[in-house]
Amino acid sequence: MHRFDYLEPATLSEAVALLAQHGARARVLAGGTDLLTALKEGWERPDWVLSIGRVADLRYIRYDSRDGLRIGALATVREVETSPLVRKHYPVLAEAAGTLASVQIRNLATLAGNVCRASPSGDTLPALLVLDAEARLVGPSGERRVPLARFFVGPGRTVMEPTELLAELVLPPPRPGTGAHYIKHSLRRAMDLAVVGVAALVALDGETCVDARIALGAVAPTPIRALAAEEQLVGRPITPDAAEAAADLAQAAARPITDVRGTAPYRRRMVHVLTRRCILRAAELAQSQGRLP
Amino acid sequence: MKRPVTLTINGERQEVAVEPWWTLLDVLREELGLTGAKKGCDRGDCGACTVLLDGKPVTSCMVLAVQADGRQVVTVEGLAAPGHLHPVQRAFVDYGAVQCGFCTPGMIMAAVALLNETPHPTEAEVRAALTGNLCRCTGYAKIVQAVMAAAQHGGAA
Ligand SMILES: Cc1cc2nc3c(=O)[nH]c(=O)nc-3n(C[C@H](O)[C@H](O)[C@H](O)COP(=O)(O)OP(=O)(O)OC[C@H]3O[C@@H](n4cnc5c(N)ncnc54)[C@H](O)[C@@H]3O)c2cc1C
Ligand code: FES
Ligand code: FES
Repeated sequence: MHRFDYLEPATLSEAVALLAQHGARARVLAGGTDLLTALKEGWERPDWVLSIGRVADLRYIRYDSRDGLRIGALATVREVETSPLVRKHYPVLAEAAGTLASVQIRNLATLAGNVCRASPSGDTLPALLVLDAEARLVGPSGERRVPLARFFVGPGRTVMEPTELLAELVLPPPRPGTGAHYIKHSLRRAMDLAVVGVAALVALDGETCVDARIALGAVAPTPIRALAAEEQLVGRPITPDAAEAAADLAQAAARPITDVRGTAPYRRRMVHVLTRRCILRAAELAQSQGRLP
Repeated sequence: MKRPVTLTINGERQEVAVEPWWTLLDVLREELGLTGAKKGCDRGDCGACTVLLDGKPVTSCMVLAVQADGRQVVTVEGLAAPGHLHPVQRAFVDYGAVQCGFCTPGMIMAAVALLNETPHPTEAEVRAALTGNLCRCTGYAKIVQAVMAAAQHGGAA
């Protein structure tokens, strides 16, 4: 393991000040499931590891019907998966969280860490994208909010400055009549990364689709929205033909590579299959939601 | 530079001086002589190092000892008094769920954590809870049977 000095600020402002002081020579530690691997492998060799684990009041999941959901930087993936608030109002996020690694890893890993790691295959990222999540960042010159749709810039790269921290993720209130679903396609069912991940969200008014979001994981340098596929769905009922047409457009939006987990043509084909399946399932969920009292 | 951390391990408060880059697993095994938790992969993949941290199962190879400062750790050594077995341990013996035994402490800790939260799990819930525990010997069937049987006999700690 790479050797480093350890910092453990107690407040967010202290953390920001320390990060400003040590800059590129420091790495932020949250749950550590990515960073410890990088330190053990020697991919990262910082002089300082700055743990935010003891920063007060970053571990929360809060909901209200006007502002939506706020997830603090220290909320674990397991807490998100099992949160009654998330399961009730944003079930697709709980579903996606439950596909990440194992219970043991999910008890350590934070949702914010999955976002900051910015892996193209990060399992919670397509779900966060279809839910229009935003990141609240704090840095030496104050704070800003960045929609996740503009947050990722490449594998492992985000718009965050090295002196910024992700303080919380904010999700707008869900609109009534929506259904959403995430499908993780991996070679093994357990402890494997996604070959392709697809999330779809559909909002229905009666039979008509009034809003749609489709996000793809592991098929481009970042998780991406399939905007043309979304537009294709809006303004008409979600039929198998409509889902098929949208899946064509999602497949065209994918720019996958060939690696150990799958070839580019295989991934493109799976984007098609999974997008169609995901849209139809989201529509089913939206319909059953509409029928609730 | 080493710094002191206080861990409550199997109910006993212990102070240990640790380097910042030492994992909880290494401190348990090398500094405290608690070799129940095993080092299979050292990368979070195999679950052999599973312990309960503040009651929750975690891979102790993916936790720095400094992160565990002030917290509660339960290892397989702490499940039952010397000479006794926890119901989950008993079931592993009775159902032949142990072969080489390397995965066993991690399996048992993951199973105990499940039964603490969900005393009467379905088989699917048992399999989901053990997703992060690899076994190269048994083929898992007997492990799952053992956990189901322990649940029937009230296996929660
Ligand atoms: C065995 C194993 C299996 C895995 N399987 C999966 C999987 O199936 N799917 C998947 O998506 N991921 C998987 N992962 C990856 C990992 O668990 C997730 O990416 C996790 O969510 C990262 O969160 P963390 O809190 O552990 O991050 P850390 O390791 O603490 O940090 C990750 C990165 O983000 C930065 N960071 C973290 N929090 C902040 C913050 N608040 N502000 C600024 N920067 C921050 C850190 O500096 C670091 O660069 C796996 C990891 C392991 C070890
Ligand atoms: S040794 Fe920790 S998970 Fe394998
Ligand atoms: S009994 Fe040998 S690895 Fe499980």
